[in-house]
Amino acid sequence: MARAFTPKVITANALIEGDVIYMTDAGTWTRDLTDAVLLTDEADADLRLLEAQQQPGEVVGAYLADAQSGPFGPEPVHFREEFRAAGPSNYFHGKQAQGVAGH
Amino acid sequence: MYAYNDFDTAFLAERNKQFRAQVERRVSGALTEDEFKPLRLMNGVYLQLHAYMLRVAIPYGTLNSRQMSQLALLAEKWDKGYGHFTTRQNIQFNWPKLSDIPDMLDALAEVDMHAIQTSGNTIRNVTADHFAGAAADEIEDPRPIAELIRQWSTDHPEFQFMGRKFKIAVSAGEKDRAVLKAHDLAVRVVRNDAGEVGYQILVGGGLGRTPMIGKVLNDFLPRADLLPYIEAVVSVWNQIGRRDNKYKARIKITVHEHGLEDIRARVEERYAAIRPTFEGIDQTLFADIQSHFAAPDFRDAPLAAYDIAYDNDPLFRSWADTNLSEHRAPGYSIVTVSLKKHGATPGDASAEQMRLLADLAKQYGHDELRISHEQNVILPHVHKSDLPMIYAALQQADLHTANIGLISDIIACPGMDYCALATARSIPVAEQIATRFDELKLEHDIGHLQIKISGCINACGHHHVGHIGILGLDRAGVENYQITLGGDATWDAAIGERAGPGFAYDEIVPAVERIVQGYLDLRHGEEETFIEAYRRLGLAPFKAYLYPEVQANAA
Repeated sequence: MARAFTPKVITANALIEGDVIYMTDAGTWTRDLTDAVLLTDEADADLRLLEAQQQPGEVVGAYLADAQSGPFGPEPVHFREEFRAAGPSNYFHGKQAQGVAGH
Repeated sequence: MYAYNDFDTAFLAERNKQFRAQVERRVSGALTEDEFKPLRLMNGVYLQLHAYMLRVAIPYGTLNSRQMSQLALLAEKWDKGYGHFTTRQNIQFNWPKLSDIPDMLDALAEVDMHAIQTSGNTIRNVTADHFAGAAADEIEDPRPIAELIRQWSTDHPEFQFMGRKFKIAVSAGEKDRAVLKAHDLAVRVVRNDAGEVGYQILVGGGLGRTPMIGKVLNDFLPRADLLPYIEAVVSVWNQIGRRDNKYKARIKITVHEHGLEDIRARVEERYAAIRPTFEGIDQTLFADIQSHFAAPDFRDAPLAAYDIAYDNDPLFRSWADTNLSEHRAPGYSIVTVSLKKHGATPGDASAEQMRLLADLAKQYGHDELRISHEQNVILPHVHKSDLPMIYAALQQADLHTANIGLISDIIACPGMDYCALATARSIPVAEQIATRFDELKLEHDIGHLQIKISGCINACGHHHVGHIGILGLDRAGVENYQITLGGDATWDAAIGERAGPGFAYDEIVPAVERIVQGYLDLRHGEEETFIEAYRRLGLAPFKAYLYPEVQANAA
């Protein structure tokens, strides 16, 4: 039996800045995970991923990352995605310094 | 040290121009990421977890003050005010924008520096003993051959798209400070029975997924044969190395699968074919390179200032006892400046710190600096009478930590705080271990003990050859740390033995503490170092300390 689909967000790195971005419901890109669209339908997620991968002028390495619904929006499931959404733990740099993390 | 000639300068300018155009084409959409990736990697540009990363080569770990100041400028102008020195004598900038990187490369070119072949499946930055040219125990300065290899390997048409990367290290010391046996190929300067200087060639060392200790391929190679011989080795591997499986592509696997004798025969055959094509230009070049590495004019001066400080200032004495090494010139010392302040990120230096180090090198150090694979900075030529002034300046910049070779002098890769390949964090583990042993005020009592931490199986943090090695893994979605014991990065190189089940993130520091407590209980007096005690006793008694609950359950 196929494994049940778990909710995902579409994430990538921005082409110029290289920082972590997420796809919103409108198909635009945000730097804040809580503003990302949480995809619960597998077919929809696959289609949207294709859409993301066809924007080479804007994003690099788009993929589906597991996420879950939280009080402020999508939250990471795996610790790697937590670090991507927050920034490094040794300096107050990255998203935590830009005020888009730490919900 | 080597200064670029017109050819070098023109080559680098052309290369930077090419890359600038490649970046422009990527940004305009003319190149896809798949097309661009191998091009950016050839120029040291990675896309990491939070940003791009630029890896700049510090060939054989040597810098002058002007270069160090320029690295500070890059850190300030295009990054977040710091740089990270790595185990391969590179510096990494963690936050550049893609569109700024061509300007960064041009700024590097102003001071004869580049990021060429710091990534990709090419011959990488050639590393060397960080005490080269200064150590009391070396036959000669090995850096001229490192520079010769750098020039030969840069843009070498045969070796641009190999099955995998290829790392070369050189050393001429009696002690191995360059981890020769963990390299794809290593050149060790030796003297034969007739008193002639030549090279011992080792191959097939490497860490990563399948750690291997390098083996002697050629015991004594005459000077003039070095480049054709190395070219033969790389060429043989490039032909027969596995390209079907990236994890079996490194030369260590080729040597392992074919056997050393077979590789030696193939190398001899290839060598015979290509030797005639080396018509002596390499030797002319080598002679020119050597002239750049003439030893500085060491001065003769009284040592009173040093003696007074040593006798009267306990902090200076502690630092001098820990961070100085024997220099070949009388009255001189090699100073290792620790980038391992307790609780700080191993290998990081701020722009201000880099500038201070540059100033100190200029004022007191014959304008030379070195970066060690242990992620520290070295002032290789300092007259002892200047040491009190240097120490005072280092104190002002928080660079005076007296911990070289001690438990807090930890090698740590960037781990999952930065690296896209990492499976767990390394930096906070290193920070916490150093902080803990500083609190315990035990590290000078513990003595020489090397902890090396990698955040994934690729082993950039050299965990296999740490006395205590720590490997961070992702186990079912949680960070987990495996411990190996008894590794050794010296001429007696050894791969550490896995101690047993791994530890959670919040269990790893207490686990290390238990191992160290075991060592303190088990050692034959203060003279017996951790690694000596480990060799005498083996894994079992340390395991009893590391996993006390297992012992309790068995009782």
